Amino acid sequence: MAHDAAIAPLPSSAFTPKRRRVVQGLGTSMAALSLGGLATQTAEAASSEQSPAATAHHQEAGTSTRFFTAAEFAFLTAACERLFPEDDMGPGATMLGVPDFIEGQMNTPWGRGEKWFMSGPHRTGPDNLGYQLPYSPRQIYRIGIAGTQAWVRQQHNAPFESLPPTTQDAILTALEHNATQFDALPASAFFEQLRSDTIEGAFADPTHGGNRHMGGWKMMGFPGARADYMDWVDRYETPYPYGPVSISGETG
Amino acid sequence: MAEKTLPPVDAVVVGAGWAGSIMAKELCEAGLSVVMLERGGRRSTAKDGAYPASIDELEGATRYKLFQNPAQTTVTVRNRLNQEALPYRRLAAFLPGEGVGGAGLHWTGVHFRAMPQDLRLRSHITERYGKTFIPDGMNLQDYGVTYEELEPFFDRAEKVFGTSGEAYTVDGKVVGKGNPFAPDRSDDFPLPPLRDVYTAHLFRKAATEAGFHPYAMPAANASHPYTNPYGAQMGPCNFCGYCSDYACYMYAKASPNVNILPALRQHANFTLRSNAHVLKVLLDSTGKKATGVVYQDTEGNHITQPAGLVILAAFQFHNVHLMLLSGIGKPYDPHSNSGTVGRNFTYQNITNTTVLMPPTRSTDQFIGSAGGVAIDDFNCDNFDHGPLGFIGGSPLWVNQAGVKPIAGAKATFPGAPRWGRAWKKRAVDTYRHAFTINAQGSNMAYRDVYLDLDPTWTNVYGQPLLRMTFDWKDNDIRMNRHVVSKLDGVVKALGARDVHYSMREPGKPFDVRDYQTTHLCGGAVMGDDPNTSALNRYLQSWDVPNVFVVGANAFPQGMGYNPTGLVAALAYWSAHHIRTQWLKGNGGPLVTP
Repeated sequence: MAHDAAIAPLPSSAFTPKRRRVVQGLGTSMAALSLGGLATQTAEAASSEQSPAATAHHQEAGTSTRFFTAAEFAFLTAACERLFPEDDMGPGATMLGVPDFIEGQMNTPWGRGEKWFMSGPHRTGPDNLGYQLPYSPRQIYRIGIAGTQAWVRQQHNAPFESLPPTTQDAILTALEHNATQFDALPASAFFEQLRSDTIEGAFADPTHGGNRHMGGWKMMGFPGARADYMDWVDRYETPYPYGPVSISGETG
Repeated sequence: MAEKTLPPVDAVVVGAGWAGSIMAKELCEAGLSVVMLERGGRRSTAKDGAYPASIDELEGATRYKLFQNPAQTTVTVRNRLNQEALPYRRLAAFLPGEGVGGAGLHWTGVHFRAMPQDLRLRSHITERYGKTFIPDGMNLQDYGVTYEELEPFFDRAEKVFGTSGEAYTVDGKVVGKGNPFAPDRSDDFPLPPLRDVYTAHLFRKAATEAGFHPYAMPAANASHPYTNPYGAQMGPCNFCGYCSDYACYMYAKASPNVNILPALRQHANFTLRSNAHVLKVLLDSTGKKATGVVYQDTEGNHITQPAGLVILAAFQFHNVHLMLLSGIGKPYDPHSNSGTVGRNFTYQNITNTTVLMPPTRSTDQFIGSAGGVAIDDFNCDNFDHGPLGFIGGSPLWVNQAGVKPIAGAKATFPGAPRWGRAWKKRAVDTYRHAFTINAQGSNMAYRDVYLDLDPTWTNVYGQPLLRMTFDWKDNDIRMNRHVVSKLDGVVKALGARDVHYSMREPGKPFDVRDYQTTHLCGGAVMGDDPNTSALNRYLQSWDVPNVFVVGANAFPQGMGYNPTGLVAALAYWSAHHIRTQWLKGNGGPLVTP
């Protein structure tokens, strides 16, 4: 597990968001607190797409992650597990491999924002006119995790993943209700991305890295890629009897 | 980037979806040399529909594999005239297709005709309720073509699509238990209806008990093996539940790729070019004659394709966009209610009610097809609108096309938990025991709802984005609420454990964040009056008579039914008149204003 959200300074890149704006944004949300070096470090994290040092660290730890740093991944794992906890219904996000799924998605055209219209100018408007931020999913995570961890540390002097579940839930609820903002990124936009991707990781075909051993599908009662109900269409009072099969042929 | 001009052809068709494929086939049969240009890539069922790789919800429905990538070009949206429109950056509310087959590859396959009254709605409403019944600001119009004129072309389209359904009357005689409100037919459906899935069966029973008239929805999903008039073969639907958003691996869902392109490719006078994004229609110095189109290929080259006849058959709003970019017809001005291109932009007015059955009933929502069970008791003008004071209606139906777990789990209800243990329990319960009843309603045209060019944002081709000015109006909100309220009796008869009625809320603006439907209509509508329609009754531009514009852009207002059946019939209708009249004439207008 990672230990500290305020990760070591990382090489910054040319991409948005601009560091100055990040610091300003965090400053706004943490007005009553001493920023010290924290916001600067957060800004560094937010402005870095890729960290060679972090990648090496992960490889040493035996994981295959490439986009998220170890610290970010620790946050992601803890947050996903609260959104989708292990319980008597079935496995939670960690057991299903949801964080690995999200990591994988960061390295797709979608993760890089290549399937969204990202051209400027970026202006704000009413919610019903939809997403208007200049951020790709990668940037939403980078900024959102750094911002959340900085925000959490002010209140609890500890990173999100080290806090008790009830506290983690309270923090996620605050994000959901948009209690703060990380630069131009509303906390709720970060939360919705996290929630949406967690659900996808729990229920997408295992070929994408989540839904391990089709645990999500078994819980839901979804037969996966069987996709042939010719004989079951009109057996009206008989629930479909077979467990799932995945695209790779795994059965459950 | 290079400029290049190709040898001229008789006709160029923009878009390789249903409308384009039908037009290209008809024109090739007439002996014309035809080039069809598609801005997306090549697609085939053999590749894009291959089992099991295609049975992937994340790729297909969540990441929009077969849909337009908004990074290339999109639209801007606003609700009101005095508001700044903002880009539609992420696909959500509507999902235009891209690639060979267009929206015809990813559609569900619900295949309706149009109601006769819908095709002449202004005349019909005026005759039955009087002219003063039409609200101020509503641009209610007729199509300029009647059901009787279109009937042979509806019939033709059903035979090409291999449509499964149950007729009510053929040649005036009752032949089956189909929709009693449906207009008369010259022939039965080519295939019998698909079997009811469990939830459709429950709805059929409950709707009957509630006093309504349920019928099997017509679906371009083959209920049995079928060979269409072009010799194209379809396999039988196995209810796999991957209809909407996917290429059908069973070859059971009609698509241009399965039902027309194999035959079209046999014509030596046919050429299909994919990855060819048409930038504009070229006009001569008079502005009254098109000389061809210019398109951009994947290397950024601008290629001119000269042609004697130009068919715009792209998706609804792309057709309007191309007309505006090319200067074909007069752009609509909402202040003076004049001009025609961009006028009468409409949508479809859909809300989905969720019914939760007792835990002993497994709804098996993953089983699905384009079939289902509908009632038309509150569609169109099938009920007396006099005391209600609104125009329009909505069929109600269970059209279970397969609910997959990502979409199922993301669906939320007001006040219900959205994550954590309580949410998980609720999500599983809902997925296993709930189902959806859709109210798919008409949307009238309004003076201040229209399409034009955006003043701020451009696409990757450097052209202004199309701007949508759209909101829900009082007439349509009241229609939706009235029709959905009629579900009460059905829900009681179902013995439901719980129900969440979804209705249009007064004061809640059109929201681009939630999927509603891709049934966008109008913007370049057909009609008899060049002051209120961009196209004449044959879909020919009033202004540039060697340009025909084929698609749902031609609908003067949105109807309760899905648009594809009418789009296909209008394509065959237009093609028939090009073949029998326009090609034999001097290339001028088929209608004198």
